[in-house]
Amino acid sequence: MNTIIPNLVIPDNQTKTVIDNNKGILDVQNLSAWYGKTLAVKNISMSIKSQAIMSIIGPSGCGKSTFIRCLNRMHEVSHGGRVEGCIMLDGKDIYARDADPVVIRRRIGMVFQKPTSFPTMSVFDNVAAGLKLTRFWSHKMELEEVVERSLRKAALWDEVKDKLNQSGASLSGGQQQRLCIARAIAIEPEIILLDEPCSALDPASTLKIEDLMRTLVEQYTIVIVTHNMQQAARVSDMAAFFLMDQDRSGILIEYGPTSQLFTNPKDKRTEDYITGRFG
Amino acid sequence: MKATNRGYTRRKWVNRLMLGLSSIAAGLAILILALILGYTIIHGLSYFNLNFLTQAAKPVGEAGGGMRNEIFGTLILVGLGSIIALPIGLLAGIFLSEYASPRVASVVRFMADILAGVPSIVVGVFVYAIVVRPMHSYSALSAGVALAMIMIPVIARTAEESLRLVPNSMREAALALGITRWRAVIGVIIPGAMTGIITGVMLAVARIAGETAPLLFTALGSQFGVQGLLKPIGALPLQIFRYAMSPYKSENQQAWAGAFLLVILVLGISILVRWVSNRKRI
Repeated sequence: MNTIIPNLVIPDNQTKTVIDNNKGILDVQNLSAWYGKTLAVKNISMSIKSQAIMSIIGPSGCGKSTFIRCLNRMHEVSHGGRVEGCIMLDGKDIYARDADPVVIRRRIGMVFQKPTSFPTMSVFDNVAAGLKLTRFWSHKMELEEVVERSLRKAALWDEVKDKLNQSGASLSGGQQQRLCIARAIAIEPEIILLDEPCSALDPASTLKIEDLMRTLVEQYTIVIVTHNMQQAARVSDMAAFFLMDQDRSGILIEYGPTSQLFTNPKDKRTEDYITGRFG
Repeated sequence: MKATNRGYTRRKWVNRLMLGLSSIAAGLAILILALILGYTIIHGLSYFNLNFLTQAAKPVGEAGGGMRNEIFGTLILVGLGSIIALPIGLLAGIFLSEYASPRVASVVRFMADILAGVPSIVVGVFVYAIVVRPMHSYSALSAGVALAMIMIPVIARTAEESLRLVPNSMREAALALGITRWRAVIGVIIPGAMTGIITGVMLAVARIAGETAPLLFTALGSQFGVQGLLKPIGALPLQIFRYAMSPYKSENQQAWAGAFLLVILVLGISILVRWVSNRKRI
């Protein structure tokens, strides 16, 4: 399995997560992304291994969010969003002509920076939305089961079990963000993308979400974009450092096990960023 | 020094003058509304009674009589117009806000605004040519089509505006769940825009409830009550028009009562619109 990331020796403590199935492996090959004519992310290749947390760090505007949005074809939703290169999900290109973005997004879920619970729906319906809105009819029993399971996984069940019928907007910011995570895992994806999920939250809620990520990683592959280097160091197994190139497009500078990237970076620019010399 | 002082005084007075003029203009606008309302209420209320609502029109010379048939006719026409215009207007609004590229959207939006500005008599003549003539009969149906044509751009534009107010993050959140665009629109975007959409539909209803011109060549009016959708039908504004022009005093009085009812109807819808749009803005 070390062959996923050639040229890198993964220390033993990084391999402790047992990979019993190899689902949810993303292999990014020569990925470039544009907004109209503006190149936002340039020629990125990396392998994201399954059942591990991969964090993406870097200064503002370096294309982190654009990159993560490419991973489940959300980039093309933005006005003028365009992608070149390919991303192999378990060996199949998600940008292949016959690949349906709707199907891809069910396998690769996403949680955004600002909590996006649907204000017109109850807590219950928010979690069930991914199921309800993709079918004509759902068994109530099944929905109840999925909602409870997802909320438990998102460590939110005890806090909301008595207000499942209240509006999703009535929850606190941290609870809403966990509600969004519950909603994402309710459709049982293989990979969960988190785009700065804690930047709008207080430290206590942030800690809860970090704990949550550590438990979720036993089942899911997690990719997280974060501004917070401590967070990346705390939670992630692998880390990628992005930077803006001279032409203002984002490039991948260094990618490797978190411990190595933070203690012994290979690139001078990574070291400068991590030690706080810029960015 | 003195010159600047004089200039300042002049500017101050011009400012006061313009402020005064615009206040007067605003006051006039309100006064006109108050006069229309007051005049119709004073004249209409004295001839307005239960018979007016429950009885059919009677021949001149006979006492009593009302506009029951015409009230019923107006309800049918407004209903018909809404049934035709609602799906078309709503879908057009969804297209404009959710699917159209900015360029296509601006073209369609411009066309819709022109359609909304077409004089209603022109709509009436047009429907006469494409529905009444081929079917060889004035009919409730043709009047419904004419009213729908007036409603569609209003509904489409208000629906578009309210759909646009739903934050983009909601669309993205829904799409990221692997929901198709259409289901996201139905399940997430429209519920978020519901208040605005209902407001738009009610405004459109208020607009057509009092339309007379498009009914002249389509509904025509009827002395025999409601006979079916393919037959001529009476309507409140049409009957007001006829009775107001009539040389008979009793019919003039009935016209006042009809005008009163129409004004109350439209006023009621407007108040309802305000209530709906204020209700869910927490």
